[in-house]
Amino acid sequence: MGIKIIRAGMLTAIQDLGRYGLQRYGMAVSGAMDSYALLLGNSILGNAENEAAIECTIIGPTIYFEQAQLIAVTGADLSPKVDGQPLPMWKPVLIEAGSLLSFGRPNSGSRSYICFRGGLDIPEVLGSRSTYSKGEIGGWQGRSLKEQDRIAFNHPYDSGETQFSWSIDPALYPDLSTGVIRVMDGPQRDQFESDSLKSFFADVFTISKNSDRMGYRLQSRPLQLKKQRELLSTAVTFGSIQVPPDGNAIILMADHPTTGGYPVIGQVATVDLPLLAQKGPEDNIRFERVDLDEAQNLLKQRHQQLIKLKSAIALKYE
Amino acid sequence: MGSSHEQSLGIALPNTIRHYPMGDQAIVLSFGDSLSEAVNTQVRKVVACIENWSQPGVIEYVPAYTTITIYYDPLTITYQELLTAFQTIVQDISDDPKYKAVKKEIPVYYNGDDLAYVAQYNGLTEEEVIHIHSAPEYRVYMIGFVPGFPYLGGLDSRIATARKEVPRLKIEAGAVGIAGQQTGVYPIATPGGWQIIGHSPLQLFDLKREKPSLLEVGDLVCFVPITYDEFVQLKAASYGY
Repeated sequence: MGIKIIRAGMLTAIQDLGRYGLQRYGMAVSGAMDSYALLLGNSILGNAENEAAIECTIIGPTIYFEQAQLIAVTGADLSPKVDGQPLPMWKPVLIEAGSLLSFGRPNSGSRSYICFRGGLDIPEVLGSRSTYSKGEIGGWQGRSLKEQDRIAFNHPYDSGETQFSWSIDPALYPDLSTGVIRVMDGPQRDQFESDSLKSFFADVFTISKNSDRMGYRLQSRPLQLKKQRELLSTAVTFGSIQVPPDGNAIILMADHPTTGGYPVIGQVATVDLPLLAQKGPEDNIRFERVDLDEAQNLLKQRHQQLIKLKSAIALKYE
Repeated sequence: MGSSHEQSLGIALPNTIRHYPMGDQAIVLSFGDSLSEAVNTQVRKVVACIENWSQPGVIEYVPAYTTITIYYDPLTITYQELLTAFQTIVQDISDDPKYKAVKKEIPVYYNGDDLAYVAQYNGLTEEEVIHIHSAPEYRVYMIGFVPGFPYLGGLDSRIATARKEVPRLKIEAGAVGIAGQQTGVYPIATPGGWQIIGHSPLQLFDLKREKPSLLEVGDLVCFVPITYDEFVQLKAASYGY
């Protein structure tokens, strides 16, 4: 016993931190688009970092709890409710058996994560529980969730504790109202016209409706190469900003192909991928240039914060 | 910025390896800018060196035509440390005894919808196209696009054919196609613009196998023409029904 999906929402699927080690066979990494929100949700519950959760997209699902469980909802604020009452995010909340978790208006961000204490009973496929829909691999039967799907918990909630008075500091999570995304120079940066390199950091880019977990298509002034030439395909990754011949950039996201043949003008700093993942169609973003040291230092700072947070939370569950 | 990290490695290798970051979690090792058998041989030799590398912080690597991209965890290892570790491990590359190409046969029933077009495009008969396609040994240069999709080098230019102007919405798993100077096999059903000349009964990517991908970078591949009856039999065996 566990949960039953009553309404699926726009795109609701099981994700963990991704499927690594098989990219050389063409296997996508997938995993949570906002892996930091997933990590925080699992940390709040005292779970392993990589525990699988439910990723909801813009219009959240409606979920019936057949059994009580401790959950945490993180990431985008999609107006979560329990039996019609607002559900506080960023903290452990006990959902009673027979309750209904639903979502309403998207207030901020695009992707929300429902994490469950002890995780969901989902088999690992090739080392991960993530859903890779295109390959029909992993997650729940290789696909996003549908009405009537029933997923069991790994462990029933058996602690006597039902009230949790604490929540995590919202400052740990990026401010989703900003649209500034930090990027490092891409390997083919030097192949672009200098005017295009200037406008890359000056212009506002709009995320097109034609964007998904594989990639975000951007609209702006077209970016021009000095001259068009065939590139031999090479590895690309989450956050690679590719520019096809029409000059409209595409940022590769969690379900990206493992290799690509378009010039890469920039690479989103890993620390800003969560913020980018929370952007949706019609949102505007701007790029800011950082170097390798800066990008890695930002990542280390975030990691230090997370270590502190986890040791503080460990005390709460003692 | 990017270019300041770019420099040549001071190690004894037949060519100069360039390196540069791709973001804050990947290093690209580049063995040349254009495709040649020599460059790709180097890629494969280095792959043989790092295949069982137990360097902490290294997550995985992706070989391509002229590059190897190594993904790493910057919380465990720095760019420079990774480079130093890499220099050490590729020291014994020159007379590398570990590297040996594996030959694999892929049976093909040459019944593709575009076989007639490929023949007409090149002023050949369908039989000639089949003969020319199944003659050479092809090299797996890279696996990418979708799980198990091989990029093969070695197509005879007499049957090279431009991609379809309008891609098909669905190409079946096992379809064998030609796109320009490339040939390959679709592991899963997907939209695609390649000219389809036949179908293989083999599963190129199968989760039930210990190694899901049938092919690896560096493998040598031969296409073997089969009849419809053989196709049906082999397909039943390979898909387990």
